[in-house]
Amino acid sequence: MALATADVVGILGDNLRLRGSVLPIPNRRAVHWTRGLELRRGGATVLYTGQMYQLVPYIERLVAAEQQLADSPLARFTGLGRRVNRIVNVSAFMGRPSRTERERSEEAPRRVVALLRGAGVEPGCLFEDDLYSGTLAYDLGLDELVAAHARRVQAVLRRHGVRTAITIDPHTTHMLRTIYPTLLDGWDVDVRSYLEVLAGALAPADALTAAPYASPPPAPVSGSGAAAVALHDSCVYARHEGVVEEPRRLLAAAGVAVLEPEQAGKFTWCCGGPAEALFPERALATAQQRVAQLRAVSSECVTMCPLCLVNLSKAADGAVRFRDIAEVLLDARGDR
Amino acid sequence: MTALATVGGAALGDKLRALGAFDAETCMSCGICTATCPLGIDVLPRQLLRHAALGLEQRIRDEQEVVFSCLLCRACEQSCPAGVHIAQDIRLLRRWLLEQGGE
Repeated sequence: MALATADVVGILGDNLRLRGSVLPIPNRRAVHWTRGLELRRGGATVLYTGQMYQLVPYIERLVAAEQQLADSPLARFTGLGRRVNRIVNVSAFMGRPSRTERERSEEAPRRVVALLRGAGVEPGCLFEDDLYSGTLAYDLGLDELVAAHARRVQAVLRRHGVRTAITIDPHTTHMLRTIYPTLLDGWDVDVRSYLEVLAGALAPADALTAAPYASPPPAPVSGSGAAAVALHDSCVYARHEGVVEEPRRLLAAAGVAVLEPEQAGKFTWCCGGPAEALFPERALATAQQRVAQLRAVSSECVTMCPLCLVNLSKAADGAVRFRDIAEVLLDARGDR
Repeated sequence: MTALATVGGAALGDKLRALGAFDAETCMSCGICTATCPLGIDVLPRQLLRHAALGLEQRIRDEQEVVFSCLLCRACEQSCPAGVHIAQDIRLLRRWLLEQGGE
């Protein structure tokens, strides 16, 4: 049995309104990925994570707890759970990932910093002011709450003097670049995915050797990465934000051949992630279909969204290795 | 469009347009969206949008789980010959359902 949709949506909305995120995590956890990187605080150009990669292990634990709850007699008391959650952060007790899980999720933003520095870009960071974008709440139709939250994000970016926000996941990119301008007056932040920044920094010679949508022979690469990978496009990057060529150009320039699955680019197939919070079984079935499409091409697959990575990895159950594109790009240059 | 919107006795389309840019009435009901939907639920999204365009509020309430199941992945929009903003329409249905008090 599924939990009561309105109550679950209500809890997520209450969390955003009261605690700044649909799934609040402690500040020290959200910023732990910055340790030792000596990032500048604020400035005109910052890396904006929107906490998405950091949130993934918490989402996984919460979904697992939700599934247990849905199969128990307690499922009838979600309304009571919502009332309690207004006073005490219930979700904090439902899902506490292990240190290993947390640190694995922190690797992506650290790798993005390394890649940007390799391209000559030194971004600042907002640390505890790097707020969640509100993406899930927006998808659920909680527009007023998201608009209020977006105003908080806007105020923070103004206070830090941010003109350009470099994002690291498709959902935060979409919210800040496409949705915020519809919710806010005077939103003037230039928002770019790090993939767009890196692709823009490719030397012309690299760009010429890159061959998107082709299947060049595998090139030797350093490190332990694969020479040819199946690429899973994020729906949000490909269809909402038009980020299709950039990952292909970057992989090709790094000497990694891209193998296209049955549905690719703007016709990519969803990983099922957006359904996970409310309908985990449907999310899993959708992910399994996508894994089959990718597996037909390669057992080495690359994603560019934290939700795609976790959903597809779970559905593959070890039959296919999924890695984030930042890891593959760093690995290809022999620097993880 | 007016005739369609009033068949169900309620101008649901007007209520949804008050919430945002609702455009389900431009749907030609060809079904390409349903054929391309990863979820494979026959109601999603063609029948759902038809119910909304016809003002069939109770049918939308009955399909609440389907409304919230949609991935908003826009695979349907990529192939829609009428250019319907399907994901936005689904989001507006969610807003309307939440304002109705949900389940």
